[in-house]
Amino acid sequence: MTATRDSASDRHFRSFCYVFITILLLFVMYPLLYVLSASVSDPAMVASGKVILLPKGFTLEGYRRVFQDKNILTGYANTIFYTVVGTLINLITTVPAGYALARRTLPGRRLLTVYFMIPMYFSGGLIPTFLLVNQIGLYNTRAIMVLIYAFNMYYCIICRTFFDSMPKEMEEAAIIDGCTPFQTFFRVILPLSKALIGVMVLFFAVEQWNTYFAAMIYLRDQDKYPLQLVLRKILVLEQTSAEMLSNAGESAAAANFQLKELLKYAVIVVSSLPVLIIYPFVQKYFEQGVMIGSVKG
Amino acid sequence: MKTQSSLSAVSLPKCRRKRQNLRLNIWNHRFYYLMLLPAFVAVLVFSYFPMYGVQIAFKDYKGSLGLAGSPWVGFKYFRDFFQSYNCWTLIKNTFALSIYSFLAGFPIPILIALLLNEVSVRYKRFAQTALYAPHFISLVVLAGMIIAMLSPSIGSINAIIKMFGGQSIYFMSKPSAFRHIYVWSGVWQDAGWNSVIYFAALSAVDPQLHEAAIMDGASKLQRIWHINIPTILPTIVIMFILTAGQLATVGQEKVLLLQNDLNLDVSEVISTYVYKRGILHANYSFSTAIGLMNNVVNVVFLLIANWISGKVSETSLF
Repeated sequence: MTATRDSASDRHFRSFCYVFITILLLFVMYPLLYVLSASVSDPAMVASGKVILLPKGFTLEGYRRVFQDKNILTGYANTIFYTVVGTLINLITTVPAGYALARRTLPGRRLLTVYFMIPMYFSGGLIPTFLLVNQIGLYNTRAIMVLIYAFNMYYCIICRTFFDSMPKEMEEAAIIDGCTPFQTFFRVILPLSKALIGVMVLFFAVEQWNTYFAAMIYLRDQDKYPLQLVLRKILVLEQTSAEMLSNAGESAAAANFQLKELLKYAVIVVSSLPVLIIYPFVQKYFEQGVMIGSVKG
Repeated sequence: MKTQSSLSAVSLPKCRRKRQNLRLNIWNHRFYYLMLLPAFVAVLVFSYFPMYGVQIAFKDYKGSLGLAGSPWVGFKYFRDFFQSYNCWTLIKNTFALSIYSFLAGFPIPILIALLLNEVSVRYKRFAQTALYAPHFISLVVLAGMIIAMLSPSIGSINAIIKMFGGQSIYFMSKPSAFRHIYVWSGVWQDAGWNSVIYFAALSAVDPQLHEAAIMDGASKLQRIWHINIPTILPTIVIMFILTAGQLATVGQEKVLLLQNDLNLDVSEVISTYVYKRGILHANYSFSTAIGLMNNVVNVVFLLIANWISGKVSETSLF
């Protein structure tokens, strides 16, 4: 008797889980779907509040405009450059360091770990960093965009934990076969670390792709701006003037304004889609990648 | 005297041999040091040099005089800050945002992980993919989406309000709406992502425990309460310490994007103030002092949270 009663309450709980998750999904997905719909809808329909979920009056005008905008295209090219070069630099500084720190016999390992961990909790702050960048002549250069976040201890700890959990026999066998540590790392360890490299590439690339603050502080010339800084101008800075325009009434200016607003939705899609398409491919590794053991020193 | 000299006579070569061994050991590890070199240099330049530069908080820094040449002024800029008219507003705004974010943002990922763990594997995978998506959107795009969707002219939220016969609201101009917008957009963006760590912890649950509990007639809720939650408790504690250690910080990046002249009274926080006074107005020493103070308070919070959890739950960061 008790068994059947329990399973009934279990079933209720199970349905509650499904309902809860489904409602949650609706909340999370709605803004994304709305942006997608609005980006391909007739601007007049969007402005009159007819677009709630599905597109109305299908048009690709917004996208055509986006790909004609010189600033957006330059920003796109710059961001691709910063992302590719920056991710490579991140990998070179972070992954080998994680491997070295996982080496338990390394003299001074504890001291080095402390050296790398202190900046996780204490930093010089915004202004001293800014003054330093100016002093070493990296202000308003493309180099600073790929160097300023070159090393990330949090990700390095993830790497260290990953390498630490690898069977030691593999390295020993390689060394007995006459591999130098470099050969062991590149020929034996790295080919076995595709999951780690995948996750690291994703994390680094997304960070590089999405950052705007460093660019805002360290770059002056518009032709070096990454996409996010161009977007900031379009999406955030122009809001007040746009709201004022919307009260101007129906005129040619209003139609022009509507098109400009439509461009916002198209620009959001164009800038976010590359990242949103890539992450599901490495998603299954996330849970390994962010294991909590990795946070502890 | 005699024993002492004989002692040193014995220990000296031993010590030398040990030092030689260490040198040999270091030489044998040269490849590993080389692997650490890029990271070492990057941290030295971009983390430790600025830490040295933090001394300008106690100096009247002039670019022409340089770091070493600028005169010391002690705690002048710290006093200036506490005597400034907006000091307490900044502190209040910072804590209001961070505590609100913490209260809303901390429990939800745990709930998501616990409940999502109970649905079928296929639905779980699909839900995870969808829930992670907002995390990969940039803050600029997030702010752009918020501004566009809440806009009275082109946003769907006001369209829905009007559909039900309400008046359209210009949310971004309402100071009272700012904190809710900031916090709940943060929950929207990161609650799913932050649950990853709890999924990882849940995968460590021993299935035998569940089997035994089922034999004993435990219901699903009882098993979650007595098996799953205790298993992930250390993870919860660690996340709690890490989050509590950041209670005095609200990053400037997102606030700057959502800030406008109309909501400045509630949206100006310490970090945005540091940015404006330092970068835009070149008050280098003043804003370095505020930043330093903020950082020290953070470290103190972290240590307190770490100490308390070490006492209460025997889980701690270090």
